[in-house]
Amino acid sequence: MAEAANGDGNAKTMTIIVTKGTLDWAYPPFILATTAAAMGVEVTMFFTFYGLSLLQKKLDLQVSPLGNPAMKMPMMGMHMGMPNIVAMLPGVEAGATAMMKNMIKSKGVASIEELREAAIEAEVKIIACQMTMDLFELKTEDMIDGVALGGAATYMEKALASDINLYI
Amino acid sequence: MADKLLDAKGLNCPLPILRAKKTLKEVPSGGTLEVLATDPGSVADFAAFCRTTGNELVESSSADGVYRFLIKHTG
Repeated sequence: MAEAANGDGNAKTMTIIVTKGTLDWAYPPFILATTAAAMGVEVTMFFTFYGLSLLQKKLDLQVSPLGNPAMKMPMMGMHMGMPNIVAMLPGVEAGATAMMKNMIKSKGVASIEELREAAIEAEVKIIACQMTMDLFELKTEDMIDGVALGGAATYMEKALASDINLYI
Repeated sequence: MADKLLDAKGLNCPLPILRAKKTLKEVPSGGTLEVLATDPGSVADFAAFCRTTGNELVESSSADGVYRFLIKHTG
């Protein structure tokens, strides 16, 4: 095959800046990182701001329907967006999160824990933003093993040498 | 008869690809892996996976809502 040269030994590289820490937005970076790694790409993920919560040992990710009219949920026999005045009520976020987790499970979609484990197994490089760690008073001991600390220059060095750079 | 069979039925993107990649490591070079999946997206994804990794997609078929891929480990 002509493409055989692009096998496991290829030197294609990708970086992803991970900025979001909600249950829904945790998916795109981990799906792309694990799939790219499976396709022989060397992947570096740079976690900053709310993305850092995806590195906590114990994940407790939530999804909020508040201010998110595109989030349609199964209600009253159909899929509909939740009015903000309802979404702001206590308990609604927890309910929406539970509903999303049930959907994830019933549709055979991987959990974030599972994808994160797969990323680590595939030797995806994980960098946590030192500045945000300080800002939010996060500790490395609360995070999974194998996390390297770094800043913007650390990321830039990787990004300048990479084929693909994504910001999620 | 494939050297290895991976049942990825019921799994959604990207799990069939991730499991296939993992299982391919157990298939000797030149050997074959048969993957069964129910995710309709896996049809395009396994073709792309094989083109990119240099593994040969020998067969891609479907019957009764189950997709079957035969991959030759050449990548």
